[in-house]
Amino acid sequence: MSILIDEDTRVIVQGITGKMARYHTRLMLDYGTQLVGGVVPGKGGEQVEGLPVFDTVEEAVARTGATASVIFVPPPFAADSMMEAADAGITYCTCITEGIPAQDMIRVKRYMYRYPRARRMVLTGPNCAGTISPGKAILGIMPERIYKTGEVGMVSRSGTLGYEAAAQMAAFDIGVSTSVGIGGDPINGSSFRDILELFEADDETRLVVLIGEMGGPQEEEAAVFIKDHMTKPVVAYVAGLRAPTGRQMGHAGAIISAFSESAEEKVEILAAAGVHVISSASEIGSGVKDVLQFHSADQS
Amino acid sequence: MDIHEYQAKELLANFGVNVPLGALAYSPEQAAYRARELGGEKWVVKAQVHAGGRGQAGGVKICQSDTEIQAASEQMFGRKLVTHQTGPEGRGVYRVYVETLVQIEKEFYLGFVLDRVSQRIMIVASSAGGMEVEDIAAEEPGTIVRATVEPAVGLRDFQCRQIAFKLGIDASMVQQVVRIMLGCYRAFTELDATMVEINPLVVTSDHSILALDAKMTFDDNALFRHPQISELRDKSQEDVLESRASDRGLRYVAMKGNIGCIVNGAGLALATMDAISQAGGQAANFLDIGGGATADRVAKAVRLVLSDQNVQTVLVNVFAGINRCDWVAEGVVSALHEAATDVPVIVRLAGNNLEEGQMVLAKSGLPIIRASNLKEAAERAVSAWRNDAAFRALPVLPT
Repeated sequence: MSILIDEDTRVIVQGITGKMARYHTRLMLDYGTQLVGGVVPGKGGEQVEGLPVFDTVEEAVARTGATASVIFVPPPFAADSMMEAADAGITYCTCITEGIPAQDMIRVKRYMYRYPRARRMVLTGPNCAGTISPGKAILGIMPERIYKTGEVGMVSRSGTLGYEAAAQMAAFDIGVSTSVGIGGDPINGSSFRDILELFEADDETRLVVLIGEMGGPQEEEAAVFIKDHMTKPVVAYVAGLRAPTGRQMGHAGAIISAFSESAEEKVEILAAAGVHVISSASEIGSGVKDVLQFHSADQS
Repeated sequence: MDIHEYQAKELLANFGVNVPLGALAYSPEQAAYRARELGGEKWVVKAQVHAGGRGQAGGVKICQSDTEIQAASEQMFGRKLVTHQTGPEGRGVYRVYVETLVQIEKEFYLGFVLDRVSQRIMIVASSAGGMEVEDIAAEEPGTIVRATVEPAVGLRDFQCRQIAFKLGIDASMVQQVVRIMLGCYRAFTELDATMVEINPLVVTSDHSILALDAKMTFDDNALFRHPQISELRDKSQEDVLESRASDRGLRYVAMKGNIGCIVNGAGLALATMDAISQAGGQAANFLDIGGGATADRVAKAVRLVLSDQNVQTVLVNVFAGINRCDWVAEGVVSALHEAATDVPVIVRLAGNNLEEGQMVLAKSGLPIIRASNLKEAAERAVSAWRNDAAFRALPVLPT
């Protein structure tokens, strides 16, 4: 298994006719992802990379049986697209779009709660690199070659720092079950905690790597969950040890505004919850290797 | 995006929030003239800068005559006001706001923020007004009252009443406070603010309630639908390089060190700064060139970093996912050809089109130092900055 997506997941691309979406549609298809169509209002009937384009998500779901969606819609319209996906019965959606107003995201999250848990959409992002289950499917924009198949689950706020971590792991021949980008925005679809819960329940994930950064409460929330509910080892790196308080560092979400939000405090809180915290960004790969070896030795 | 106090008051007044009578001035003479226009016997002259803590820094003066207003304004205009929020470089004063003095009976704190735990808008209020909210939280935590807003129905009257009564506001004035809270909430949502702060909110001796100071911050991502808010931007309050960067689509924050950083992605940029520090150096800046950076944007980033007088070494660290190493390399090379600088440049590339990117660097004929991973990049950058033996032994651009 893997989490959220696998080789059988039927996927649509919202905003498929945009330049970036077209390019990544090609790459996602080449990887073997079961892309079954796209949605752009007013462009129904067209084709992109051999895929049918529909006017609405509702129609796309009815005609293709899609259950997942990846969104490349421009920021002013992206919130509406997420709600449309939730309404059409999409069960998993990742939103790549960067620059969505925070209050739009508050409305999206409220909207998703209209649906009972059993049919509520899981949303990751926005402002993320997407999700990949190596060897099975990719919904997003990561350089897919750096991800080997394996048993380490990854969850990261940052896209490129996630690549850095995956590449370091690959250098030690460590592969990934699923890598999930939760994005750098202050209001996001899923938190670290939400994704950790999925990894804890996944048979094919032995260890989880969490890549956090300064700002926001979600690393602390993850620490509480790890302490109380995780049996699998967690390795973490938190970026921003040298960042100043009160300044937004690139990601809208990367601003230290409260106690426990600096990288240093997060490192302490995670370590206290039993997480293996790696202090150097260039030692994520070797750190994961050490923890994996330690736990294999433990089990044998 | 931040705005000035007088701008926030003007906006909030449109949403039914009461503010003292006031007028803006661009010179000491104008300040005195506008005070006469306002009438009254006592006035407050307030320096307009994007920072709190103006009172302690000499940016707020009570005056009783024209000559006092002119003297107080002369002290402020053109000066860099240094408060605990500005850093040592301070913020320039180019406008002052003159208000009629209000007789204060009681002070409260009222703030609206995006709460990241509940992922909703939160009201924070306290009866310990006039202090910074961080100090209230540290010294008078018992006075803080909070409520979150259910987004589907918005802020409800009962929530406002609850807060008002908890603050100990007299029943006869609760309705006034409710109106102010609802007005702030409407301003927050309709204008896509990320913060509205009234500190202090005061009860005057004649039992009216006024916003004595006001601060608003707006969501940069939502400015596309609020051109009237974008117009309020005041570049004189921004760091010169940061302002230039944001005009070029780059996210830049000035830091204290000497190693200029050019990185794609915010998380990797933070990690690069950490790596430099672990190698014994200090970053001169945070700079995220964004996802789909073209050669042109990279070149702009290199020029921007080189224009910083503190930069003695440049480190480019790009992990190309959505963009390509060869575009990044082309940008670096074109900017360096043009700049003809002797600052050492270290380039670490990874990801898409790596080989093509390395070729571009190799063919450039420039003394670029390459690094194959993050650790090596940070170590070589620090070594170059120190100009130590390890640096002098480095092969420049092995092909």
